Amino acid sequence: MLRFVLRRIVYIIPTLIAVSLISFFVIALPPGDFVDRMAIEAAKKGDYMTGAEIEALRSAYGLDQPLLTQYWRWITDIVTRGDFGYSFSWQMPVSNLIWQRLGLTTILSLASLVFIWIVAIPIGINSAVRRYSLQDYVFTTLGFFGVAVPNFLLALVLMYVAYAHFGQAVGGLFSPQYIEAPWSIDRVLDLLGHLWIPMVVLGTAGTASVIRTIRANLIDELPKPYVMAARSKGMGEARLLIKYPVRQALNPFVSGMNDIFVDLVSGSTIVSIVLGLQTTGPLLLDALKTQDMHMAASFILMLSVLGVIGTLVSDLLLAWLDPRIRYAQG
Amino acid sequence: MSTLPFGQDRALPDTAIEADVDASSAAIDRTAYEGQWSLIWRKFSRHKLGVAGGVVVILLYIIAAAPDFFSPTGPEVYNPRYTYAPPQPIHFLLDTEEGVVFRPHVKAYNSVLDYDSGRRVFETSEDEIHAVGMFVSGEPYRLFGLIPTDIHLFGTLEKDAPFYLVGADRLGRDILTRTIHGARISMTIGLIGVGLSLFFGILIGGISGYFGGVTDNVIQRLIEFIQSVPSIPLWIGLAAAIPLDTPPLQVYFMITIILSIIGWTGLARVVRGRFLSMRGDDFVKAARLDGASTLRILFRHMLPSFMSHIIAVVTLAIPSMILAETALSYIGIGLRQPIVSWGVLLQEAQNVRTIAGAPWLMLPGAAVIIAVLSLNFLGDGLRDAADPYQN
Repeated sequence: MLRFVLRRIVYIIPTLIAVSLISFFVIALPPGDFVDRMAIEAAKKGDYMTGAEIEALRSAYGLDQPLLTQYWRWITDIVTRGDFGYSFSWQMPVSNLIWQRLGLTTILSLASLVFIWIVAIPIGINSAVRRYSLQDYVFTTLGFFGVAVPNFLLALVLMYVAYAHFGQAVGGLFSPQYIEAPWSIDRVLDLLGHLWIPMVVLGTAGTASVIRTIRANLIDELPKPYVMAARSKGMGEARLLIKYPVRQALNPFVSGMNDIFVDLVSGSTIVSIVLGLQTTGPLLLDALKTQDMHMAASFILMLSVLGVIGTLVSDLLLAWLDPRIRYAQG
Repeated sequence: MSTLPFGQDRALPDTAIEADVDASSAAIDRTAYEGQWSLIWRKFSRHKLGVAGGVVVILLYIIAAAPDFFSPTGPEVYNPRYTYAPPQPIHFLLDTEEGVVFRPHVKAYNSVLDYDSGRRVFETSEDEIHAVGMFVSGEPYRLFGLIPTDIHLFGTLEKDAPFYLVGADRLGRDILTRTIHGARISMTIGLIGVGLSLFFGILIGGISGYFGGVTDNVIQRLIEFIQSVPSIPLWIGLAAAIPLDTPPLQVYFMITIILSIIGWTGLARVVRGRFLSMRGDDFVKAARLDGASTLRILFRHMLPSFMSHIIAVVTLAIPSMILAETALSYIGIGLRQPIVSWGVLLQEAQNVRTIAGAPWLMLPGAAVIIAVLSLNFLGDGLRDAADPYQN
């Protein structure tokens, strides 16, 4: 097991290098840079910047260096000092902004994952055991819709319903008085009170697909001889179900979990923008629109790292659950 | 139907004899004598949701091919007197002096500007009506971009009468017309994106599965890497790199390419799995001994034998492309005006206040849901039918 874990961790290093390269160069793709944009903004206000001023700013931000040099400086600062560079538009180090935002994205993604488990596993089992029953049809239909509705549309509809029928604006992760407040018990409770809407919005598509997976897997397992053997020995139906076929049916689900987690991190970007959450999404979008290079690249990098870690954790979990995998690859 | 070189290992004559022997029960094993595609069709046609999904998908693509004909007016026709006009229901019966007659019509609106809210208030007029009919002449257009005509499937009998079956947007444009026009971009962006993904998926997956070994290992790590990166942040990053002054058609193709940069990995995995399991089959060995080139073996001999699986996977991949386009355009970095796509139309529904005042702005969202649902049903049906030799 130890060898397996080590091997997976070693595999991650080239992945991270590739991720960091892609994050940085994607951001460098658009023509022009932040200083050009500043000059255009200034010109709009009738405040012209001279060529010398532009050059001075560019060298102050290090934007006059070749791209590879810029990348090297950015990535070594992150690795050695945890310094993600400087946000041009916020006028402060990116690391001041990134950790809290990233933390909230992680909390939101994990909460949605737990939501998916709690909702999808019992429903999936129920649908498989009572196949073609009314409940099965209801949840299958809901599941189809869950996959088909774009999650930002679901967020919009929820916001509309809350606004039109309860007269309150939903959105954000905190009540106004807690947005800038330091962490406290009250702030955590406030967060929990707001978290459920994005959690449900984000988790719907995943829930629908997990229900389908578990239902299909369990249907494959139920007619197998070992189930019949256990039943013929007089084992209680509920206990039998949980102890054998469900465990088998959950295996492919665990291996699919990394995809779900990556999708959640990915989907939270759009949902956060629509709901105005204090997570990475809205800041990333702003940074991209203003060509705030270090900020945008760092956000894409850290979101990808989150995805990579999620994949690693689910791989390790699967290996722990299913010995065949760790022996095959160990 | 059995001219293509697939499934030779299955339809051997001795299985046919066995099948005949077993045919004492009522069901005859059709796999013994029918071609693969007709078996697939037989199995697919039993999947009712799949067939229904298929019908809707075909209808959507027909609409997407000639949106001008199916919509009552043009997508850019606006009328400042009807900003945010609510839906006008169609009434079929009309009270006249000769009694009640069948005459489909909508009631006209009298609108006044409410200076307090800055919005128009609409009252239905009881005496002024606009008769509605089918195959009416209206806004001129070119059918399929070629044939000049002005016939619309339905609309008002008098030309250019205000007609808002599901409501109007902030410029007084007809939402229904614009949603129908949006089908063209939204339905094809999925198709073209998947086409590109398919090309890369088959090529790379095929190479991976056919050669195996180190090549396979490298490609698999690459795919794992791409799949472990959250796609939407990367998409947003790439889409934001498109300069704002790019012509609309180029934006469309760039977005398609961006979507398929990540989309090909899933297809490549499926293709690779199939190639791996088929590599040792006799017909592949025979082709190799005949001296066929690698590409010829891949595309001429192996590909046709799992084409049905590919079609199913492709159908299931289109919806995610449609959803991605909609989301990117909605947050303002995908397609933009003057392109009309469902995502671009949903930009109008940007905040809760606007939606609360004009919920009909969400109609393009309903179109997205219908398209995605029917493609999913179709794909499910095709996937179940893809291997007709299994029960």
